[in-house]
Amino acid sequence: MRSDRGQSAPLGLKIAAACGLLFLHLPILLIFVYAFTTEEKSFVWPPPGLTAQWFAVTWNRPDVWEALSLSVRVAAISTAIALVLGTLCAAAVSQTRFFGRETISLLVILPIALPGIITGIALRSAFALADIPFSFWTIVLGHATFCVVVVYNNAVARFRRTSASMIEASMDLGADGFQTFRHVVLPNIATALLAGGMLAFALSFDEVIVTTFTAGQQQTVPIWMLEELIRPRQRPVTNVVAMVVVLVTLLPILLAYYLTRDGDQIAGSGK
Amino acid sequence: MTSAVSFQKVSRHFGSVRAVDAVDLDIVPGEFFAMLGPSGSGKTTCLRLIAGFEQPTAGSISIFGERAEGVPPYRRNVNTVFQDYALFPHLNVLDNVAYGLMVKGVGKPERQKAAEEALSLVRLPGYGARRPGQLSGGQRQRVALARALVNQPKVLLLDEPLGALDLKLRENMQEELKSLQKALGITFVFVTHDQGEALSMADRVAVFNDGRIMQIGTPEDIYQRPKTRFVADFVGSSNVLPPDFVQRYSGQQRWGSLRPESIRVGRGAKGDGVAARLVSTNYLGATTRLALDADGLRLHAIVPAGTAVPEEGEAVVLTFNREHLHLMDEPA
Repeated sequence: MRSDRGQSAPLGLKIAAACGLLFLHLPILLIFVYAFTTEEKSFVWPPPGLTAQWFAVTWNRPDVWEALSLSVRVAAISTAIALVLGTLCAAAVSQTRFFGRETISLLVILPIALPGIITGIALRSAFALADIPFSFWTIVLGHATFCVVVVYNNAVARFRRTSASMIEASMDLGADGFQTFRHVVLPNIATALLAGGMLAFALSFDEVIVTTFTAGQQQTVPIWMLEELIRPRQRPVTNVVAMVVVLVTLLPILLAYYLTRDGDQIAGSGK
Repeated sequence: MTSAVSFQKVSRHFGSVRAVDAVDLDIVPGEFFAMLGPSGSGKTTCLRLIAGFEQPTAGSISIFGERAEGVPPYRRNVNTVFQDYALFPHLNVLDNVAYGLMVKGVGKPERQKAAEEALSLVRLPGYGARRPGQLSGGQRQRVALARALVNQPKVLLLDEPLGALDLKLRENMQEELKSLQKALGITFVFVTHDQGEALSMADRVAVFNDGRIMQIGTPEDIYQRPKTRFVADFVGSSNVLPPDFVQRYSGQQRWGSLRPESIRVGRGAKGDGVAARLVSTNYLGATTRLALDADGLRLHAIVPAGTAVPEEGEAVVLTFNREHLHLMDEPA
């Protein structure tokens, strides 16, 4: 049942909705406020004073830069791997019929349905079993498992809306496989790939659980933050970094949303 | 003379399904050839074999004398107008039409000029800047036609191209396709399940059923002289007469076919002819269709509008010219 369009919702419902939204977003604002506090040992409300000095302090901390750089590199490479594998897999599953197609489709999506801790433990024991030392690449591999899913889901939705006869038409008109991919397939799935890629990047950037199991001594931004919270010195630096992380992950997700909102759901964005 | 398209014992099996089964076929250069049949009869698979989207399981295909097996679609000088048109939604109309020339490396000014000309040919001049999504069904159909013709194919394949159009538009496009084919002299191979369309447009028709060709001939051949019960029934709903019935009139124990318009319906229970009972009448505008029951044999007759029609349930006498009774090859 739907209420009439012109009719306004009852006041009680409006208040409930407002409370729900505030509950979701007020804590995030609180994080921002603490980035400007003068108290560095604990979070006291209200802040005893306001200062912008923590931005300078953060800027001069090498460990912040290391973590940020590691996170960006891991996210970029995981996303690149996911774009290639996710697109290929989506193309195979949506354009052809073969034995075990449904199973493959399920297995690809599984890593995002499983709790991250299971993926993490599984990868850790697999790396140990294969005698692979923990490194930058083990983190990338861990992140790629769920990044592939996001790209795959977006690409598969787009492939389903792309008529198969369009590819045949291109071949019929004299284009070989590569030309068809470049001139017909890629332009049709480009926005879906961009959206999937940005979501994958954002997911990788704030991932904690899988990272803790697949990283050695290295710290990505979220891991660095967890460590910072335990050691009470220059607390607001964490908040400054948190602000940056929110901005870095929010912008791509917003962009992805606008790029695919025309009936194309951003599948798998809920991890 | 080499055939435009030649099939020698061509089969295409999908697992245990024989979509196309040992088909022999020769299409003459410059003719308008229709492949007619119900869905699943193998006609579209034959078209896809010519286009190169399917490869034969057995047999050989040649296009203007060149062997076609193993040649990919992009190296064949044939082009297809797809059932759903398959226009590229991300390109405008002009770039859609110029696509074939673009991938062949023709320069931009040259290919755009050729595309403009092709659009004029299908009576859509000046539509180049639009997107396919902004066009009507009939216009998309014309763009698809221009996109295929701009490559100057030796054979143009059309897969039920008029299926999605409404009746009026379909009749217009039939005439237009026919005159376009005459003007260009290109071989057209046309797939349809609509016998009226096949009869009115084609120079020759191949009737398909169960992956085989039942009969190939001119529209008149197919309509007047069906070889099998299937052809008689599928093309124009002819009355199929059993051998015993036919023997009484021709002396031969063969299956026969009698066009509904060849049957004259007279009033009364007696007289020279077949005694029957009128079961129902169907008013069709220009004609009226009568369903008759002649001692258990169901027959149909078509009489011109304005003819006095007996009451439903009334006893009638059916007469026909013996020369209109066509004896079919199919064994009794």
